[in-house]
Amino acid sequence: MNIVQPILKTENLRVEFRSKDAPGGVKVALQGLNLAVFPGEVFGFLGPNGAGKTTTMNVLLGFVNATAGDAFLFGENVREPIARQRIGYLPELTYYYKFLTAEELLRFYARIFNIPKAEREKRIDAVLKLVELDHARKRQIKTYSKGMQQRAGLAQALINNPDLLILDEPTSGLDPIGRMKVREIIQRLKNEGKTVFFSSHELGEVETICDRVAILHQGELKREGRVADIVREYNCDLEQAFLRIIGFMPQAADSALVSKAA
Amino acid sequence: MNTIHAIAIVVLKEMIRRKDFYVLFILTALITLLMGSINIFNDASIAGYLKELALLLVWISSLVMAITTTARQLHAEKELRTIFPLLAKPVSRAQLLLGKFAGCWIACGVSLFVFYLFLGIVAASREHSLDVGAYTVAFLLHWGALAVVVAMALLGSVVFAAPSSNGTICFIVAVGILVLARHLNTVALQMDGVMGKITYAIYYLLPRLDWAFSVRQFLIFHDPMPGFAVWAQALLFYGSYSALLILAAWLLFRRRALTT
Repeated sequence: MNIVQPILKTENLRVEFRSKDAPGGVKVALQGLNLAVFPGEVFGFLGPNGAGKTTTMNVLLGFVNATAGDAFLFGENVREPIARQRIGYLPELTYYYKFLTAEELLRFYARIFNIPKAEREKRIDAVLKLVELDHARKRQIKTYSKGMQQRAGLAQALINNPDLLILDEPTSGLDPIGRMKVREIIQRLKNEGKTVFFSSHELGEVETICDRVAILHQGELKREGRVADIVREYNCDLEQAFLRIIGFMPQAADSALVSKAA
Repeated sequence: MNTIHAIAIVVLKEMIRRKDFYVLFILTALITLLMGSINIFNDASIAGYLKELALLLVWISSLVMAITTTARQLHAEKELRTIFPLLAKPVSRAQLLLGKFAGCWIACGVSLFVFYLFLGIVAASREHSLDVGAYTVAFLLHWGALAVVVAMALLGSVVFAAPSSNGTICFIVAVGILVLARHLNTVALQMDGVMGKITYAIYYLLPRLDWAFSVRQFLIFHDPMPGFAVWAQALLFYGSYSALLILAAWLLFRRRALTT
């Protein structure tokens, strides 16, 4: 029997930062995080601001070293650059080399992946069509709108035809049309069998797209499971379930506001 | 190698498309041309003085160009957050540093080549002769010295938070070496005890940019250039020194946390 191996895995991941404000001068950003994401899944990584989502992504991408524990992509330790050969990453705020055109930007990233020239051009055409930037391919990125820049970001994340996409709040700051377009692209990638690991505060969107979610709060994993199971268990939508899981009680907040006003 | 090349190409494209790069370039060319065209007291030897001034101008321009373009590279990558999608690809930090170094150094080399070509043409129009070999050696040594300056600015961009402080310190250090380095041993001889030893140590540890700087004299006074072995050793020294500075930059940068 074949056992499916996770393509993204963290084992007791702990990240500490030096901080003057924290007790003992050390802030614990992640506390023993264990995660496993399997091929073909769309996995939502949720949590309020400061929960440790971006820190986890930073460790997975090799930007930050874990204080303890390990993280693996396709079985390779994330400390090795080769672990990032089969991934695509879209940062939360997308800024690219504004003096380049979309076509030049993609050619640059394709060269990093050692994609042969003939295939490189085909790939550039394909991703520019997918993100609907084909018409603006020869324009410098500095002339793009925010939505177009975000789609250029998605294009660069897809240039190597990655098996795993790591997206950090891909729809943040976009207008409804921009959000819809990005959502459609993620949906299409899901249909192509790609694995998508993404963080978002748009819980309605997460509920629609994701197979499984992990909910993080103050650096701790509070819940991991199938979206359908969580919704069924709490007998409400994902947003309400999320608020209960992180221990936020709307009634308490409301009454506190009322008493303050009085 | 492909990654380093790709990063270097992006650095070159940035410089080609930035307008401030051309300002310094055109200014230097114009001043050289003006100095070359004027005729003072019908004195033929005046060409030598003008050449000295023009070469000094080329040196200052090349230092400004090398330091300002290199000092902003890593800082701009972090500030504009382009470093994140880049390092999320199979790119090591060593490759990033080498790509930046290569891009900046090649850009400096291209502009320096044009400067020397231009200066050579203007000087030849006055002197009716051109020593191509001497100009080639002067250009190669100058470009070799700039490799050290570029590597120093790259190391500075890892150490200092702001490109302005990095640029200022690098410029002061580079000019200090050009002007003072060759006198340090004489100064050390006049000092006693520990201070003398420290001054001597600094004398031997400094990247001797003044070697390339002093080659100007051969162009101005038409003295025979030093032999191949001499300038090849100087180039080897500059190459090794640059490699050491890049290694130091990598040691500091390789484990540094980058937070998005």
